[in-house]
Amino acid sequence: MEKSDLKVKVLGTWSSPFVMRARIALNMKSVNYEFLQERLWEGKSERLLKSNPVHKKVPVLIHGDKLICESLIIVEYIDEVWPSAPSILHSDPNERAIARFWAAYLDDKWFPSMRSIGFARGEDEKKAAIAEFEKGLVLLEKAFGNCRKGKPFFGGDQIGYLDIAFGCFLGWLRVTETTSGIKLLSEAKTPALINWAHRFCSDAAVKDVMPDTEKLAEFAKMIASKRRGEAPPKS
Amino acid sequence: MEEVKLFGFWPSPFSLRVIWALKLKGVDYEYIEEDLPHNKSNLLLQYNPVHKKIPVLVHGGKPIAESLVILEYIDEVWPQNPLLPKDPYERSIARFWAKFIDEKSRPMWEFFQKFGEEQEEAIKNNFEILRTIEENGLGDKKFFGGDKIGLADLVFGMAIHLLAPMEEVAGVKLIKADTFPRLHAWKKNFSEQPTIKDNFPDHNKVVEFLKIRRETSRISAHPNQ
Repeated sequence: MEKSDLKVKVLGTWSSPFVMRARIALNMKSVNYEFLQERLWEGKSERLLKSNPVHKKVPVLIHGDKLICESLIIVEYIDEVWPSAPSILHSDPNERAIARFWAAYLDDKWFPSMRSIGFARGEDEKKAAIAEFEKGLVLLEKAFGNCRKGKPFFGGDQIGYLDIAFGCFLGWLRVTETTSGIKLLSEAKTPALINWAHRFCSDAAVKDVMPDTEKLAEFAKMIASKRRGEAPPKS
Repeated sequence: MEEVKLFGFWPSPFSLRVIWALKLKGVDYEYIEEDLPHNKSNLLLQYNPVHKKIPVLVHGGKPIAESLVILEYIDEVWPQNPLLPKDPYERSIARFWAKFIDEKSRPMWEFFQKFGEEQEEAIKNNFEILRTIEENGLGDKKFFGGDKIGLADLVFGMAIHLLAPMEEVAGVKLIKADTFPRLHAWKKNFSEQPTIKDNFPDHNKVVEFLKIRRETSRISAHPNQ
């Protein structure tokens, strides 16, 4: 059987930006997959612990009998197993390196700085966290200017690796804007990224897997109250 | 052939892994030693404005930062003696372990900067990490890359280059033949590879460097002693 004909499953949650990366990549390649939803707020299932024993995290891509973990590694795997257009990674090594650099920045520095806004205690901490986060956004606005070369996406005419790596966080970014009461993507500082965000969310490979902001905000509230040890709301 | 430059720091495992990759592939390059941490060159700051760190590879004037990104770039531009296998699944496994070891490297060095109970805790953590690397990562293979060294081997190379001297200076033994037999064997096999053997900082120099570091840590941990 052709490798690309084997059954594909994604182990994950609808709310995770990392899981979204895998789903967008599969959508881009028109690969049918079964979405196995984990209820992480109820604990980690046997299935998850077996599929990702090292990290015990989602997403896991299950391809035939193979298990692939780590969202960006999954995206590269998908691009390699289904090499037909559209390509997710650029063909030029330097462009690929730039995209991988920024993806690493997003995961190692930028997304943690977004989470710090939510965890900040008191106005001063919150202000500092937001300032740090906005610095990152300005860097990304500049990177977008350099990467896009006048085209609509980081990847050029179509969404690519860095669009996926970054765009997956838009749902949570919007939730953070709602809860903090501050426009993080602004016309003043990040005009190009605002337009990019609209285009990204409208993309055919993205729109069905990008969570609704209100639903995500409700979910965030539920998780927060669970963390505080309160009883879950009846829903 | 376009010019290749590498900005590095001699005790850093992050720049050493890039040197190994370039040497393995027979790539000529100019090496620029950075005077860290206080005297970073203007060129380094210009080439890596986001992180201001080494290593930075500059190829034909275009800079690339972040050692794992650099390694993949090198493997793509100079495909001889590949660091990654051809099969996509095997590649994903290699990348997984390179990333895991890379992310656990700094935590694994914590024991060296700690004392007493904190050090005991850090050593316990290391044992867990090493267990995972040995059983899930290396398994029965000679190298992480199989019969030949690959991406994850270059990243785990810090076990010889930095971790072993740290063990020596701190008086702690982490990877022993009876506790981690496969990693112990890996260390011997990896260090005997010609490219690795020929491109290794002087052991005594590393030990002296680390002794100063450990003393600095001790002073800040126990300022009144």
